[in-house]
Amino acid sequence: MARRNGKGEERMPNGSSDLLNAFRHGSPEAFEAAFETLFHQHQRAVYGWILRIVRNPATAEDLTVETFWRIYRARDSFQPSRGFEGWARRIATRAALDWLRSARPETELPAEIPAPATADSAVSAEIRRKIALAFQRLAPKLRIAATLAVIEELPQKDVAEALGISVAAVKLRVFRALRLLRRDLQQQGITS
Amino acid sequence: MNAYDEDRLKKLLQQALPPVEADPEPGRDLWPAMLRRLDARPAAPRPSSWAWFDAALLASLAAFAALVPASIPVFLYYL
Repeated sequence: MARRNGKGEERMPNGSSDLLNAFRHGSPEAFEAAFETLFHQHQRAVYGWILRIVRNPATAEDLTVETFWRIYRARDSFQPSRGFEGWARRIATRAALDWLRSARPETELPAEIPAPATADSAVSAEIRRKIALAFQRLAPKLRIAATLAVIEELPQKDVAEALGISVAAVKLRVFRALRLLRRDLQQQGITS
Repeated sequence: MNAYDEDRLKKLLQQALPPVEADPEPGRDLWPAMLRRLDARPAAPRPSSWAWFDAALLASLAAFAALVPASIPVFLYYL
């Protein structure tokens, strides 16, 4: 692989379409240069998307690299006509989901859960922690849907595309997640 | 679960796990880590060498079976 320190623009064709075609169909040198350019163009968006799911900056950085590693290897399945961002987001979501499945719930939770600016004073830090822990106990595929659709309030269509499921399936997962969460909190005496 | 319960639960959840700020940025340049990851990739398998080995093994077995036909049931038993 040709190693480089710059942004790779010198060898890159102009225009997004040319860039995507170079990534998919280009010679090894053109592919490497296109990959580097795509990395610099999209790393921030991919990082932000993963951070919303895993909620840990260091983990999100590692998973961003893992995502681009998968992108590098999955070149043959890329379709330039469908764009790069959505494809990368699906791969990032899959990488984050794999991590959620392998991580123990306790390891994901920050030691101190920061109170949001609009925090209800009646909800103590201890209750917030219990709610967060109850949420971590949900199945990863339910948690990821609820995180994106409920906590981050992203459009369900975007969530569905990232997860590779229908909007109806997203609604169902969110419903199941909230129902299980409510039951857990009821058992702890947090909600009625 | 009615709409009121659902709305209250969503608010509790957002209190416990606040949304991530808009457009967050990594704390460091990730490209050096990406290069390290690419350098660490395992060498690609060489299917041609395995194909050659498989063909040689198969030819040896076929030759042996032709010279000693009585060995065929033994081969079939162990397959």
